[in-house]
Amino acid sequence: MVMKQVKIYKRFERFWHWTQASLIIFLAVTGFEIHGSLKLFGFEKAVSFHQNASYALLGLIVFAIFWHFTTGEWKQYIPTTRKLIDQIQFYSVGMFKGERHPVNKTELSKLNPLQRLVYLGFKIVLIPVAVVTGLLYMFHKTININDIVVIRGFDLEIIAVLHTSVAFLLLAFLILHVYMTTTGHTPLSNIKAMITGYEELEQEEEQQQPEKENIS
Amino acid sequence: MYKNIFIVIVLVVAVLWLINFFHEDEMYNLHLEQLKQEYALQPVSSVDHSKLPALKKEFKTPQEVTAACISCHTERHKEIIASTHWNWERVAYIEGRGISVVGKKNVLNNFCIGSNANEQSCARCHIGFGMTNDQFDFNNANNVDCMVCHDNSEEYLKGNAMAGYPDRTVNLKNVAQHVGAPTKDDCGACHFYGGGGNNVKHGDLEYALLACDKNIDVHMAANGMNMSCISCHTAENHVMKGRLYSVSSENTNRAYCEDCHTNTPHFDDLLNRHTAKVACQTCHIPVYAKVNSTKMSWQWSEAGKLHDGKPYTEENEYGDHTYMSIKGKFEWAKNVIPDYIWFNGTADHYILGDTIKSKPVAMNTLNGSFDDKYSKIIPVKIHRGDQIFDLQTKMLIQPKLYAPQPGDSAFWEDFDWELAAKAGMERVGLPFSGDYDFIETVMFWPINHMVSPKEQSVGCAECHTRDEGRLVKLTGFYMPGRDRIWQIDLLGNLIVIMSVLTVVGHGIIRLIVKSKRQKLNIH
Repeated sequence: MVMKQVKIYKRFERFWHWTQASLIIFLAVTGFEIHGSLKLFGFEKAVSFHQNASYALLGLIVFAIFWHFTTGEWKQYIPTTRKLIDQIQFYSVGMFKGERHPVNKTELSKLNPLQRLVYLGFKIVLIPVAVVTGLLYMFHKTININDIVVIRGFDLEIIAVLHTSVAFLLLAFLILHVYMTTTGHTPLSNIKAMITGYEELEQEEEQQQPEKENIS
Repeated sequence: MYKNIFIVIVLVVAVLWLINFFHEDEMYNLHLEQLKQEYALQPVSSVDHSKLPALKKEFKTPQEVTAACISCHTERHKEIIASTHWNWERVAYIEGRGISVVGKKNVLNNFCIGSNANEQSCARCHIGFGMTNDQFDFNNANNVDCMVCHDNSEEYLKGNAMAGYPDRTVNLKNVAQHVGAPTKDDCGACHFYGGGGNNVKHGDLEYALLACDKNIDVHMAANGMNMSCISCHTAENHVMKGRLYSVSSENTNRAYCEDCHTNTPHFDDLLNRHTAKVACQTCHIPVYAKVNSTKMSWQWSEAGKLHDGKPYTEENEYGDHTYMSIKGKFEWAKNVIPDYIWFNGTADHYILGDTIKSKPVAMNTLNGSFDDKYSKIIPVKIHRGDQIFDLQTKMLIQPKLYAPQPGDSAFWEDFDWELAAKAGMERVGLPFSGDYDFIETVMFWPINHMVSPKEQSVGCAECHTRDEGRLVKLTGFYMPGRDRIWQIDLLGNLIVIMSVLTVVGHGIIRLIVKSKRQKLNIH
């Protein structure tokens, strides 16, 4: 076993990650202001900021989807139950006893089973629901005497409730996610990796050609 | 190399995006400029009435003037005789009543109550001559008062309690020779002073409009477009466009802001979508009674107090009457924030002979609801008061208020409610038991005029706010920023708090374990 600097996050991935992070935080702040939970920019500005930031996020998501499929990085998120229990046990008990991470982080498998599951949920449930309800919210129109109709049959209340619920879940995700980054080899090693792209990873001597192994 | 180019491109895009994001440049509203051009052109009359031989003579009676008008405008009087301004009633369909005849003849209001038995005084605002009682001949063309609407000399004036005849000081020849399209003065002569004084009834129509700046009214401002009433209230065959729901009932022939401004007047699509459910007036008339106060309440029950057997009046610091022996007690207000209601353009009224069903008695009921696709939120002035009613028949009473002198049962002369009620109800052919009291009443006045400059429009957060927003009383629909499902908020907050607690707890245990292990290592 040796520690080796490995480029684990590519440039686009890091750009995508931090842009998405800032947009989501900004959307959360402006969104909760629209919801009435806090006062910062004022309702009118908050709405305008929230809308603009949501367009930016949509654009980013389009690029991210393209990137995931063209690079094959989507495979990182294929869920697995293998060692899932071990991983949960590690976070809840093992790490206090000084045990080692149960799953080895490699360039081609950088997510542990728990991360795979949570991030997949984030990608295919939380974000899509947020985006769809957000779009419905933004383009919600009612039938009126002027016959401006785009969406009928959807009550704004239902849309708003779904959108707000996802916002709460995303906020919880953000808190847990930020904390979990400190559970790497050192508290800052994960964050550093997401900034520089490089992380010191354990590599076994015989794993000289990990690509082949993984493919098999 | 490629890396540098990429960075430059990203930076340029980012800067452009940020500029766009934070820059708020006002776009040039071409449509508005077009409208301004259109309305800047004032029509010029093709006829100088002072040159017409038919008008070059002394007129002994105002009827002679009307006859002179008709000698050229041979058919116009027929339009007048068919109009509401003349008949004081119109046929309308009212939900719950069916086809009805409604108007000033049979509808009661929250101010001087009703015209019946008081025509001599009330007819000052009738476009005819000689309406002294209910025997007025509505088919006599010579009694049509052309001058009251078409005077351009600013001289014409109807006499006080003269049954619609002009004041004796008026030089009829001068007026007849200076007629034209109705001016603000002409419309205002009645519509500014309804209820017995300036701005008493409407709250958004008063003599300040004759010479005001844009802060008071963007359309009629003397330093702006200087539009007149008929710019919007256009008329064909003497039928004016526009409805006022103190007497109107149907959603027809209304004058809308949208007629000129369209229903998508903003650059911002989000604002344009508001027009589906929110009337223009709701945001663009943030306050009413901007210059002079308007009457907010009128308590008839307080009327009739005398000092040494004589009627008296009390005034506030603005000179508004707060008490009059003949009318009762009043409250006034200036710069009033409107109330807001759903309104679909149809209304019901208290019609003479109706039985009181609820308290306060609604003198007019403006229909509408969130679910109704014809309804929009509109601003209203709510005028409250109390009125005399019959305890036995449960009817509001039409009292006889005016008489030229005492001894004719009129309340304003004799201060006896029983006599006034008896005389009034007898005139309208309704029973009066003699057993009377006063009951709370309420009346709704849609606010449509004195549109403010757009900078003063109601801001988003004045409605989209958790508490005490302008629309706090309108419930039954979800409004972002105001409404929430408390269960969802509670659950969401719990999840977030649980996350924080988990993280903090987990972190603390880690720190403790770490420090213990370090100690062990040291040992």
